[in-house]
Amino acid sequence: MLCRTASDLYWVARHMERAENTARLIDLAQRMAMLPERFERGKASAAPWRRALDALGSADGYLARHGRIDGAGVVRHLLLSPDNPASIHSCFRAARESARAQRVAITSEMYEDLNTSWLEIRLLDAAQLDRDGLNQVLERIKIRSASFRGVTIGTLGRGEGYQFLQLGVFIERADWAIRLLDVVGSHDGAGEAEEALDAAEYFRWSALLQSLSAFETYRRLGHPAVTPTGVAELMLLSEASPRSLQTCAQSLHTVLRDLGGSARLDVVRQAGAAEAQTRYARIEDILAGGLEHWLQAAMARLTALGDGIHRQFMTSTDVVPA
Amino acid sequence: MRPRYDEMHDAAGAPRAHYRLFADWLEQTPEAVLQGKRREADVAFHRVGITFTVYGEDSGNERLIPFDMVPRIVPAAEWRMLESGLRQRVHALNLFLQDVYGERRILREGRIPAELVLGNSAYRSEMQGLRVPGGVYSHISGIDLVRAGDGEYYVLEDNLRVPSGVSYMLENRRMMARLIPELFARQQIAPVERYPDTLLRTLREAAPEGIDTPTVAVLTPGAFNSAYFEHAFLAQQMGVELVEGADLFVRDDTVYARTTRGPRRVHVIYRRINDDYLDPQVFRPESVLGVPGLFGAYRAGRVTLANAPGTGVADDKSVYPYVPEMIRFYLSEEPILHNVPTYQLRDPDALRYTLEHLHELVVKEVHGAGGYGMLVGPAASKAEIEDFRARILATPENYIAQPTLSLSTCPTFVESGLAPRHIDLRPYILSGRRIQVVPGGLTRVALREGSLVVNSSQGGGTKDTWVLEA
Repeated sequence: MLCRTASDLYWVARHMERAENTARLIDLAQRMAMLPERFERGKASAAPWRRALDALGSADGYLARHGRIDGAGVVRHLLLSPDNPASIHSCFRAARESARAQRVAITSEMYEDLNTSWLEIRLLDAAQLDRDGLNQVLERIKIRSASFRGVTIGTLGRGEGYQFLQLGVFIERADWAIRLLDVVGSHDGAGEAEEALDAAEYFRWSALLQSLSAFETYRRLGHPAVTPTGVAELMLLSEASPRSLQTCAQSLHTVLRDLGGSARLDVVRQAGAAEAQTRYARIEDILAGGLEHWLQAAMARLTALGDGIHRQFMTSTDVVPA
Repeated sequence: MRPRYDEMHDAAGAPRAHYRLFADWLEQTPEAVLQGKRREADVAFHRVGITFTVYGEDSGNERLIPFDMVPRIVPAAEWRMLESGLRQRVHALNLFLQDVYGERRILREGRIPAELVLGNSAYRSEMQGLRVPGGVYSHISGIDLVRAGDGEYYVLEDNLRVPSGVSYMLENRRMMARLIPELFARQQIAPVERYPDTLLRTLREAAPEGIDTPTVAVLTPGAFNSAYFEHAFLAQQMGVELVEGADLFVRDDTVYARTTRGPRRVHVIYRRINDDYLDPQVFRPESVLGVPGLFGAYRAGRVTLANAPGTGVADDKSVYPYVPEMIRFYLSEEPILHNVPTYQLRDPDALRYTLEHLHELVVKEVHGAGGYGMLVGPAASKAEIEDFRARILATPENYIAQPTLSLSTCPTFVESGLAPRHIDLRPYILSGRRIQVVPGGLTRVALREGSLVVNSSQGGGTKDTWVLEA
């Protein structure tokens, strides 16, 4: 497969996953903003939106441009803005552009699905958002993402193309597992006794579960209560959650082993090491050492792995085989 | 008033025999159902993303080429004649190219003025003396035909560089089979669906000698090219890589693709970029679309380019009048297909005649394409005619003139309902070990009333083309 094709497919998947997770982030911030102000320990109701921007590292840029942070403005920025390269609008556009450049490598159903999504998202504006309501629009975005995932799984032959799409999905999803946990966990739930959880904390952590569509999974695992420890464990270490860091790391390792054909490749070793970090970790240790600190290290490993994938498969050395 | 020929109706207004089934269906189908089908086609084309980019508008402006549901139908006997004519013509054109870049017999014997060929801007001296696999230069040819008021077919022009449009032929057929399957069940319509297979075989047959399992790739200028959809479509249908210049590199006269598993050799390149941009080391140095060293690899016989560079010298409008002569010279046969009578304005008598009759002639720039740089006298304003007169006088050798043919019409859905619109036909001819003509082609339709310009870049639409087998 061409390096350019591999890269484009990888980015189709990353952008689609990014669009879906941005929808989940908006959903989460919206849920947190519904918490009555008295529980927010004196912070303005814009706080969840500020945290959402922080999780993306874009709060300062947003403030510089817009002067103040408010829910409606942040929603427009994250959902509709063609100028924000990370907005859902831009993600769909970028995914569709990359797919258009690689129509040969994907099935026509996949392209048609992306094209349909883009034609729909392109027309979305503030007026329609008002008319339909934010929740309905977020649902539609998740459905568009699910539709593409389904069409991909159901129609694309299992080969390199499929594998690079998988890499894109799991790198991006792992990234978001960390970011979304950071939105709720940045004030550090470590050390808090479970009975000390007040209503606000319960509200925030269950909001996170709901935004990830993970509430049922969490309950099924037998947790008696919604606790920071339980939720962090589900999102970081659990193999039961399709969106956990562990599930993503394991998938990345498996795909890279197949793709690389050899465990000796640097990038495969890197992925194996990253997986070991979640497979053998204990949540108590992570919280004891400071969640934020651990999340930063995990993010650095992920970034390095992304670079490794790019170096191994998407850059050409032009050294002709003997 | 020139006589008009309608493909569907005879002079008395009755459907011609080969259109009868379709005409009945059209008459029996309620208006609402027809409208529904037209909407369905529109939605499906949008979703599939069959678009083309219009130059001169906002860059990256994607538009649908309007599709019309009334097919052009060609009766079997007529097609047999067209097929032999096309085969003969393309055969002679390839022999001409082989001769021009080889012994130049036809020039030495004075059958075609040598300076017309050797001084032509489409002539590539770099190709001189080079032997190409199988002697084939134009592997993929598109020959534009029109039917005039007298009911006869004429060749309007030959396209031997990078003829496009075949994806529309295939997609239009897919659409028609979806919209009105019952008509396909009730008559024998020659299938066109095997085109990608035949194309792949033709390309593989063109591989450098000694390569048993050649790797074929389609070379595109990229996603912003107007025909990108087609490049991607053909690569996908053939199951080969779609590459851009930057995906290839040349080492030791060998072409490699940059892949996830390192460099992989490429043997045959179906290039959809113009000669000028192929190799910055040989042609335009500023080109970033091509591959440095590609022409060297080609000259060394390590890779095949299809079509070969320099084919433009045979489809140039100033060489066009000599094609019948080529057929007589190389094949000792009489041409089966007519040329349109053509005045070469480099000739003073022709120039004088043309300037006196601009209002009734079609004048074309010799190197123009896509309907740009052309005057349709009867449809032009006084100002347009005067403007063209000045341009012709400045460089007469850049222009040819032809009588305005009354292109045949075919009923077409327009705002006001069904109305006759002018059409042409571009069949596709593949030259490998054999010459194969796909039974059908791309029918283009001028959607504006009275317009004779069918090019998609000028607002033309397309129709499915049905060749009946019996």
